[in-house]
Amino acid sequence: MSDANTAVTELSVEDLTSIMRSSAGEDESVDLDGDILDSAFTDLGYDSLALLETVARISRDHGVELGDDVLDDVETPRDLLAVVNRAIAAA
Amino acid sequence: MSAGGTVQAVVTGVGVAAPNGMGTEAYWAATLAGRSGIAPTTRYDASGYPLRLAGEVRDFDPGEHIPSRLLPQTDHGTRLSLYAADEALRDSALDPGRLDPYGMGVATASSMGGFEFGQRELQNLWSKGGRFVSAYQSFAWFYAVNTGQVSIRHGLRGSSSTVVTDAAGGLDALGNARRQIRKGTTAMLAGSVDGALCPLGLAGQLSSGAMSTGSRADRAFLPFADGAGGQVPGEGGAFLVLEDAVSARRRGARSYGELAGYAATFDPAPVPSDQAGEGLVRAIRRALRDAGTAPEDVDVVFADAAGVPELDRAESRALGEVFGPGGVPVTAPKSMTGRLFAGGASLDLATALLALRDGAIPHTANVSRPGPGHPIDLVTGEPREADLRRALVVARGRGGFNAAAVVRRDT
Repeated sequence: MSDANTAVTELSVEDLTSIMRSSAGEDESVDLDGDILDSAFTDLGYDSLALLETVARISRDHGVELGDDVLDDVETPRDLLAVVNRAIAAA
Repeated sequence: MSAGGTVQAVVTGVGVAAPNGMGTEAYWAATLAGRSGIAPTTRYDASGYPLRLAGEVRDFDPGEHIPSRLLPQTDHGTRLSLYAADEALRDSALDPGRLDPYGMGVATASSMGGFEFGQRELQNLWSKGGRFVSAYQSFAWFYAVNTGQVSIRHGLRGSSSTVVTDAAGGLDALGNARRQIRKGTTAMLAGSVDGALCPLGLAGQLSSGAMSTGSRADRAFLPFADGAGGQVPGEGGAFLVLEDAVSARRRGARSYGELAGYAATFDPAPVPSDQAGEGLVRAIRRALRDAGTAPEDVDVVFADAAGVPELDRAESRALGEVFGPGGVPVTAPKSMTGRLFAGGASLDLATALLALRDGAIPHTANVSRPGPGHPIDLVTGEPREADLRRALVVARGRGGFNAAAVVRRDT
């Protein structure tokens, strides 16, 4: 569970990969510590359900509301970080 | 082709996940040595429940066998299923990538589903709210999930299914797989690894009144014994690669034997006690007829072995009716694993094939002799060596399900 401080902290790519690992695992053929910002989630081995789980985890751990349609325009980690950090900034 | 012109289905791979051994040969060695996997429950605090013992799979590190991507989305039982399915496919040396894209499918059976996973997520829902429920709950609890995960993992896109017929399902899945092969599918990964050793899973099972409340691991599950006092639940089972015999021969595969006969019947409720076992008799006779086998040609029977006096009596009466009193060796190696729900009969069928291979009937552990009223030649004390050609496997599910299967060693 997050404390009040994390709710206003930007989500970093390291935070994101850590959440992706714990919520949906890591494909053996992929190195999440590599340069993944502009890789498609599907190329990283994450399907829509893995993303849904990842977003749910971000939402509750960072105390931000992310609507169900947030994933419509998200294809890469960079897209997701932008959406999440916009929501954090607006919170 | 057999005399009927139908396609023959042979077993070319075996994979086992069992409380007394992970992997086919570890399980088989433990079974012949009489090592039991029944022990006090460790998976959850059992002190508040009337069930104290279970056949739990121990010494299984999921991270060692299951890809990281699958860990957050799988119930314990699905992980055991993936383990056994992997082993069976490896053992068969069949490369599904060399088959027609729809040439291989998956047929499983499940009695409940991924209940340990489901219980955890329901607890999250009640205690923390919907935001804390895993998105994977959408399928991880589901009774068909093992078919899906095994199919995806190995790219098996042929006809796939899950049957839910309680403990008879372990044979019904294999009968289903044989049906698909007869319709033209080259091979099937089939069987069941089952069990839900968590309070949610066991709450439903406790209502049957068939569970043993004993606390001594060597006295709690005594099928056909005078002191039989119920069942011990367990987890595990087996997967088999069932393959069109022509395909198996063409690629030079080793065959454990043919799934030569199968039948299922259903008892209408309630069955009058003087007719108990009649549905089972019909299933056995139909399976024998399907295999073209006379009762006297069966060398061993792997019993359903409920461990509940009236169910044991119905089964021994059925066996006596078909084979004559003491007419065939009968055994219940599940006395060393507990009842594995749908997984039990798949494991029995795998065990029967290993018995045919090695000429050894594993014994029924902890039972010194069948109780009075059981006119059967129960194999007890130690394994019995014998030249075995054909084995019958019998299974019953709660609610009136009966199934029987005949396996025949290749000559």
